[in-house]
Amino acid sequence: MKGDGRALRAVVAVVLLGGVVLPIVAGFAQTARAAFGVLPAIGAVEWSFAPWMQLMHLPGFGTSLRLSLVTGVGSTVLALALAFGFCALMHGRVQPAAMGRLLTPFLAAPHAALAIGLAFMLAPSGWIARMVSPVLTGWVRPPDLATVNDGWGVALIVGLLIKEVPFLLLVIGSALGQLPVRQHLAAGRALGYGRGVVWVKVIMPQVYPMIRLPVFIVLAFALSVVDMAIILGPSNPPTLAVAIVRWFSAPDIALILPASAAALLQAGIVAAAVGAWIMAERLVKRWGRWWLRRGGRGHRAGPGLWAASVVVAGLMLLGGLALISLLVWSFAWRWSFPQALPQSWSLKGWMSPGVGWGRALQASLGIGVATTVASLLLAVAWLEGEDRARRTRAGWAQALIYLPLLVPQIGFLYGLNVLFLRIGISGGMLAVIWAQMLFVFPYVMIALSDPWRAMDCQHVRAAAALGAGPWRRLFSVKLPMLVRPLMVAAAIGFSVSVAQYLPTLFMGAGRIATLTTEAVTLASGSDRRVVGVYAVLQAGLPFLAYGAALLVPALVYRNRRGLLGAAE
Amino acid sequence: MRSLLIAALGLGLATPALADWQQTLEAAKGQTVYWNAWGGDARTNAFIAWVGTQTEAKYGVKVEQVKLTDTATAVTQVISEKAAGKDSGGSVDMIWINGPNFLAMKEQGLLHGPFAGDLPNAKYVDLGPDAAAAVDFTVPVDGYESAWRLARFVFTYDSAVVTDLPRDMAGFLDYAQTHPGRVTHPDVSNFMGATFLKQALVEFAPDKAALQQPVTDAAFDAATAPLWAWYDAMRPFMWREGKTFPENESVQQQLLNDGEVDFGVSFDPASAAGAIAEGLLPETARVFVPRDGSIGNISFVAIPYNAANREGAEVVANFLLDPATQAHQQNIEVLGSFSVLDPAKLSAEQAAVFAALPSSPALPSLQDLGPTVLEPHASWMTKLVAVWGERYTK
Repeated sequence: MKGDGRALRAVVAVVLLGGVVLPIVAGFAQTARAAFGVLPAIGAVEWSFAPWMQLMHLPGFGTSLRLSLVTGVGSTVLALALAFGFCALMHGRVQPAAMGRLLTPFLAAPHAALAIGLAFMLAPSGWIARMVSPVLTGWVRPPDLATVNDGWGVALIVGLLIKEVPFLLLVIGSALGQLPVRQHLAAGRALGYGRGVVWVKVIMPQVYPMIRLPVFIVLAFALSVVDMAIILGPSNPPTLAVAIVRWFSAPDIALILPASAAALLQAGIVAAAVGAWIMAERLVKRWGRWWLRRGGRGHRAGPGLWAASVVVAGLMLLGGLALISLLVWSFAWRWSFPQALPQSWSLKGWMSPGVGWGRALQASLGIGVATTVASLLLAVAWLEGEDRARRTRAGWAQALIYLPLLVPQIGFLYGLNVLFLRIGISGGMLAVIWAQMLFVFPYVMIALSDPWRAMDCQHVRAAAALGAGPWRRLFSVKLPMLVRPLMVAAAIGFSVSVAQYLPTLFMGAGRIATLTTEAVTLASGSDRRVVGVYAVLQAGLPFLAYGAALLVPALVYRNRRGLLGAAE
Repeated sequence: MRSLLIAALGLGLATPALADWQQTLEAAKGQTVYWNAWGGDARTNAFIAWVGTQTEAKYGVKVEQVKLTDTATAVTQVISEKAAGKDSGGSVDMIWINGPNFLAMKEQGLLHGPFAGDLPNAKYVDLGPDAAAAVDFTVPVDGYESAWRLARFVFTYDSAVVTDLPRDMAGFLDYAQTHPGRVTHPDVSNFMGATFLKQALVEFAPDKAALQQPVTDAAFDAATAPLWAWYDAMRPFMWREGKTFPENESVQQQLLNDGEVDFGVSFDPASAAGAIAEGLLPETARVFVPRDGSIGNISFVAIPYNAANREGAEVVANFLLDPATQAHQQNIEVLGSFSVLDPAKLSAEQAAVFAALPSSPALPSLQDLGPTVLEPHASWMTKLVAVWGERYTK
C-alpha cells in the first residue's frame, strides 16, 4: 500500500518537474540571460548590468512602478475587506446556489471584455452619462473629465475589484462550506456577541487560512495585469506590466534587454508584495489575539458590514451593466452620444464575423476541456499522493505550484517559446494546451487543496476500517464527497483556460485563434459591436462551465442532502 | 561589417531558381501561407480572407491571417526562432511591415530576398531608385519587401461639428486653445501617435533635407526645437490635458465617434468613408490633410529568412500587385486604399477598371490629398519617440 502511494507520487513528480518546472525555469533563464545583457539573436553577447541601468532611466519607470504597487496592493486589500464584509452580512440570508448564479457572470467574463464594458460605463461619453444627458447635465457633448484612464488608477482599481471580489466571494463561500458557521453564530450570539462581531472575531480567523492562497493569487495577478490596465489605466506612463509589454514590442529591438530586466523585476515585486503581505498577516495576528482576548462584544461592526455590502452591490451593478452594455452593443449599428440607447440596430456583428467566431469558439472549447481535464487529473493525483504519504505539503511544493503565477507571463513566455521551438512543438495545439496548463493547473490546485484537506477524515477511516483499499476509498468516498469543489475547480480551470491570451498567442505562433486572442486583437481595433459579440461568446463558455459546477452536484446528490454541505 | 554580413546572407539566400516563376508556382501549390498582419481592422481582415480565396482558386495557395495586435510580435517570433536555431521551416511566412520594423529585420538579416523585383507583377510598379515603392522610410527596399497598399496620413473629423478646420499642424494649436480638450493623438508608443509628431516635425523643421539623413544629436535638436515649442503650448489644451492618450488610432476613432474629441488620425485616406459604411462614424465624417500635404508611405509585405512557405508567400505577394487585385482593394466598398501601381504602366483596359470604381462623398480625391511628404529616415522616429518619452512621461 505504501509502495502504491510512492509510485503515484513519483509519476506526479515526474510530470510536474518535466512539464511545469523545467519549461518555466528554462523560459525564466532565457529572460534572465537577456536581463543581464545576453541575447545572441540580436547581437548582444556580453554579460552586464547595463539593461538594469537602462531600465532605471527609461522615462516614467518610477511612476509606472508606483502605479503598479498602488493599484495592485490597493485593489487586493479592498477586495478582501469588501468580500469579507459582504459574506458576513449575506451568509445564511442568500442561498449559496443563488449566490453562485449571481457571481457567475463576473467570474466568467474575461478581463478584457469586462474592462471594455466598464470603460464604456464610466467614460464621460459613457452609458451613465448618456442616461442622464442632456436632460440632467445639459451636456450635448461629453465633458473632458478623466473618469477612465485617470492618473491615479482609480478606474483600474474599480475594474480589478469587479473581477476580484466575486472570485474571493466564491472561495470564501466554498471555505465556509467546510465550517459549522451556524453553530458558531449561535454560540457567539448566546455569549452576547453581535452578528458582525462573531464574523470578524470567530469566523474570519478560521476562513482566512483557507483562502490565503487565492488571496496571494489575486495580489500577484493585480500587480501584473496587462489587458485591463491598458483599457482602464493611465497610458503615460502606464503600469509597469503594460510598460514591459510595450518595451518588448517596441520597434527598437534593443529594448528587449531592459524589458527582460523589468520582467525579472516584476517577478521580484510580486514576491516582495507577497512577503510584505505575510509580514502584515503576522502583525494582524498578534494584534488580533489581544483584541479577541479583550472580549469586546460591541455591535459596531454592523455599519461597516453594511457599507461593504453596499459597495459590493454597487460594484456588481456597475459590472452587470458593463456586461449588458456589451450585449446591447453587439446588436447596435449606430449609438452616439447622448443617446441612452442605440439609434439603429443590426445583426451584422453576429452575422459578418461568422468566418471567425465559429472556429474560435471550437478552438476555445477544445483547448479548455483538454487543459481542464488534464489539470484536474494531475491535481487529484497530487493530493491523493499527499494523503497516501500522510504528509502535508512541503514549502517547495507550494512554491512550485505558484511558480507560473508569480513569474510575469510576458517575461518567461518569450523564453519558453524559444525552448518549445527547439524541441519542435511550437505552433501547435499541443504546445498551447501545455502552456495553458501551466496557468490552469495552479488555479485548479488552489481551488481544490483546501476543500480536500478540510474533508472529514472519519468517512475515509470508516471506509478503510470496512476494508476498502486506497483506490476504492478515492473513487467511492473522497471524490463523491468532493464533487462540488471538483466541479468548482474545473469551472475555474476552464475559465482560466478560455481567458489565456499570451500563452495562446506565443505558443500557438498566432495560428491558433481562440475567442480570447480574437477578442483582444479586435479590442485593439476597438469596434465595441464586434468586441461585444466576442465578449458575449467568451463569457458564455465559462458561464456554462460555472452553471455545470452548480448543477452537477445538485444532480449527483439529489438523494444525499447531507453531502450538499454548504447549502445549510 | 554588418552590411557585409547582410550582403553575404542575401547572396546565399537568393537562389537562381527564384527567378524562374513557373518553378515557384509549382513549389507553391498546396502551401498555406501564414500572413502575419495587424488584425485590428475588420475590413483589412476581410480583404486578406478574400485574397486567400482567390489565390487558392488560382494557384492552390491558401492564406491564413495571423492577426497581430502589433507587428513587432511577428518580428519577436522570428528572433525567437533564430535564437532557437530554427533557420528553416519557420512559422511566419509573410509579414505586413514597414518602417522601423523593416529596418530592424533587414539589419538583423532576418529577411528573405531580394525577391520583390523578380515578381512578374513588379512590372506595374515604379521601382526606380527614388520611387515610393523602392524606399521605406528612406531605407532602400533592395527587393526585401514588396509593396501592397498606399498609406497617407490623414485626419478624420465630423463636418457637422467642426467648422473651423486647422489648415496645418500649427493651426491645431489655435484650435486646441479655442476648443480645449478636443484635440488628442494616439499614444506615442503607437505607430500612429509617432506619425502625428512626425507630421508636425516635417512641417516645423527648419532644414527638411536633414530629416532624410540618419539622425544626429545636433540635427535632432535643431529640427525639433520648434516642434517642442508648439507641443508645449498645445499640451495643456489637449484632451485630458495631454496627460493620457488613446492607445491607438482605432480607440481615437471611437472617441471621435463618441464625441469626446474632434479629430481622428488614419493612414488610410478612405478611412472615413469606410468607417461610415461600417457604422463606426457619423454620415457627416470627412477627412482632411494639412495644406502642404501629409506624410505618405507604402505598406509592404516581407518574407522572413526561415519562412516555411516561401514560394507560397511570393505567389501571394505577386497576386497583391495584380492590377485587378489593386483595383478591388481600391474599391471603397472593399478596402478603399489607394493602389501602389504606376498608372503609366497600366494598359487602357486596366486603367478603365480603376476609373469605374464607385465613389463616396467622404472619399477624398487625389487632388484633395495634396502632395505626399516623405517619411523622415527611420532613425528619426525612434529618437522622436524616445525624446517625447523623456519630456512628457514622468
